[in-house]
Amino acid sequence: MKSMRDIALTILLFCASILAWEGIVRIFEVPTFIFPAPSKVAAALWNGFASGLYQKHLSHTLLETLLGFLLGSALGFFLGAAVALNRYVEYFFYPYIVMFQSLPKVALAPLIVVWFGLGLKSQVVNAALVAFFPLLVNTMVGLKSADEDRVNLMRSLAASDSQIFWMLRLPNALPFVMAGLDVAMIFALIGAIVAEFVGARAGLGMLIQTMNFNMDVSGQFSVLLILSIVGLLLNRCILLLRRRILFWDPAEKERLEQERIAL
Amino acid sequence: MEAIAIKELSKLYPTRDGSVHALEQISFSVSEGEFVAVIGPSGCGKSTLLKVLAGILRPSKGEARLRGTPITGPRRDIGVVFQSPVLLPWRSVLDNVLLPIDVQRLGRDRHLKLAMDLLSLVGLEGFERRYPWELSGGMQQRVAITRALIHDPAMLLMDEPFGALDAMTREQMNLELQRVWLERKKTVLFITHSIAEAVFLADRVLVLTPRPGRLMEDVQVKIPRPRALETMNLPEFGAYVHSIRARFNAKGVIDA
Repeated sequence: MKSMRDIALTILLFCASILAWEGIVRIFEVPTFIFPAPSKVAAALWNGFASGLYQKHLSHTLLETLLGFLLGSALGFFLGAAVALNRYVEYFFYPYIVMFQSLPKVALAPLIVVWFGLGLKSQVVNAALVAFFPLLVNTMVGLKSADEDRVNLMRSLAASDSQIFWMLRLPNALPFVMAGLDVAMIFALIGAIVAEFVGARAGLGMLIQTMNFNMDVSGQFSVLLILSIVGLLLNRCILLLRRRILFWDPAEKERLEQERIAL
Repeated sequence: MEAIAIKELSKLYPTRDGSVHALEQISFSVSEGEFVAVIGPSGCGKSTLLKVLAGILRPSKGEARLRGTPITGPRRDIGVVFQSPVLLPWRSVLDNVLLPIDVQRLGRDRHLKLAMDLLSLVGLEGFERRYPWELSGGMQQRVAITRALIHDPAMLLMDEPFGALDAMTREQMNLELQRVWLERKKTVLFITHSIAEAVFLADRVLVLTPRPGRLMEDVQVKIPRPRALETMNLPEFGAYVHSIRARFNAKGVIDA
């Protein structure tokens, strides 16, 4: 458990490093367009939110990420299940899936923009494409990893194949699926930002691009800060869901313990 | 009518270099309500035998009948207990016990009380809402036994159910199994590699040879029931154990 002393130390360390950053930038007169002082970043953050600019772009990026995440995960889950459950699907489709996997999906972003335009659609598709893989692979592995003894138990009870799927294989795959969702969420965010870089009318990625052209480095820093917080929060959401669903998984308990030590 | 009738049963496993004989020409029968232990060294095909009876594996040759009908697949009138408890971790103790009821759609409500009664019979009262990871190995195996009894099967097939437990827990479980058996009078086929456990529990001990498994001896254990742990100190108990062990030694295999 964290003690009061640890918390105080954490805060102190944070303040000290911000102060040091501010001090170094001022003393050595580092130009703002190279490396802005924290006070400049804070000001940019304040202005951005005060003008409503950041809210607009943030909500756009969030929407893309979530839609892409949902679409990509759903697709990945169903395709993964199809590959795991059907020999023919595995035989005929899996090689292509592997081929596609070894391709850096962000390299597809320019094509996606050509096909789907500068609007929301192209960013959602790109986010979905990137988010899709972890789900596919994890679902596949999860569904195939049912313990031999448990399958035998179900068989000995004269369970049908569909009962074995619903009562054994699917719940057994859940820890894998949840781990896949964990990764897919962050991947969706990456996919959305990359698509915005390539071409978009709104979104935090587009904002970064614009600020870069205008040499507004403080602005870029403030958006990066927002992005890292968004990433962290999205990740926490999945974690909460995971704890809810996998309360029975001893491995989950171990993970929790480790995290508690790490934090 | 015989509960189990096996005639010249053989099982071969195909491997890359020829096939491995797991069981060869085994014949025996078990009467209704009898407790029979099958004992043999590791790899003599004991588990194969049980899987054939459970309908999970098909025999290569020969015939196996349960209560008069040939085994064509899994059946609903048997309960199986495996070496490990094989509980489903996402189900609570109660839900694990009710798994056969869910699979066979026998109606949860009608079996709830029976589930509770059985759980208290094996000493797990108050643990219904717990999850498998919260239980010790011995408790988990008791849940597995309860699960095997819930749909009131005529027959129990047990594959070294206490093999993974420590000696003290194992003795305790032997006593409890005897109590459950005396109360519910099921036919039991109990596979083990402990001679003492076999003699303690069974009416009859079938001794198998090492691979390929053949029936070497069929020993009637005439020790009155209920047997207590002190029974193991009786001279006749020692005599049974000794004679079975002597057979193994003569064959050049020592196990347990």
